[in-house]
Amino acid sequence: MTSVRLVYLARLREAFSSSGETLEITGDRPTVRDAVEQLRARGDVWSYELADGRAVRTAVNHDMASMETVLRDNDELAFFPPVTGG
Amino acid sequence: MTVRVQEEDFDVAAEITVLRDGDKRVGAVALFLGTVRDMNENANIETITLEHYPGMTEKSLTRIVEEAQRRFSIYGATVIHRIGALRPLDQIVLVAVKSAHRGDAFDACRFIIDYLETEAPFWKKEKTPQGARWVDARESDGEARRRWARVGDASADELDR
Repeated sequence: MTSVRLVYLARLREAFSSSGETLEITGDRPTVRDAVEQLRARGDVWSYELADGRAVRTAVNHDMASMETVLRDNDELAFFPPVTGG
Repeated sequence: MTVRVQEEDFDVAAEITVLRDGDKRVGAVALFLGTVRDMNENANIETITLEHYPGMTEKSLTRIVEEAQRRFSIYGATVIHRIGALRPLDQIVLVAVKSAHRGDAFDACRFIIDYLETEAPFWKKEKTPQGARWVDARESDGEARRRWARVGDASADELDR
């Protein structure tokens, strides 16, 4: 079991009505994809916002990540829309 | 290098003085100043609120400036990005670069702001008379960044992940 801290930002924080939570992921060497699939399984706004083709970016421990990025215990996994600074 | 994320406004002239810091090698300072417009996608803007991801923001900006220092011959840079509630005419972002010559100063300044707009974790929410909405990323921002990604340039690939 791998325990990661999830952070939701900007539009996703509002859509999920949450700024974050702790997620327990089963299996060896889970990836961002495993976390996403676990969240999608909740249905509703989770499956909608995290559907394939939705513009969602992820970062692990403050570095941009991909669906294949491996998660370790106590990692911070953030979900956010494409950035719009500047 | 100076990288700051802050709610307070900044004084451009004072920041340039600090950046130059009596450095006699410097023959050029280029700067980009981003400000809040009153109109976006046919809606009047009352306020915009800038949110960021504390911790990642500073790391991301520092990495972008370090990459500019590798690519261009510059002596230093200042990046300041505001967060919180802003109104039309307010200053949002300052990128200033010092160098011996204008070419590197201009190029590095543009490189930093182009990458900032596609890599640094900031999000804008606009308040208009019709309600509040999150600003969508523009495709033109991605194009502006890609012009800097040269074939066979490993460091560009790293930033382009």
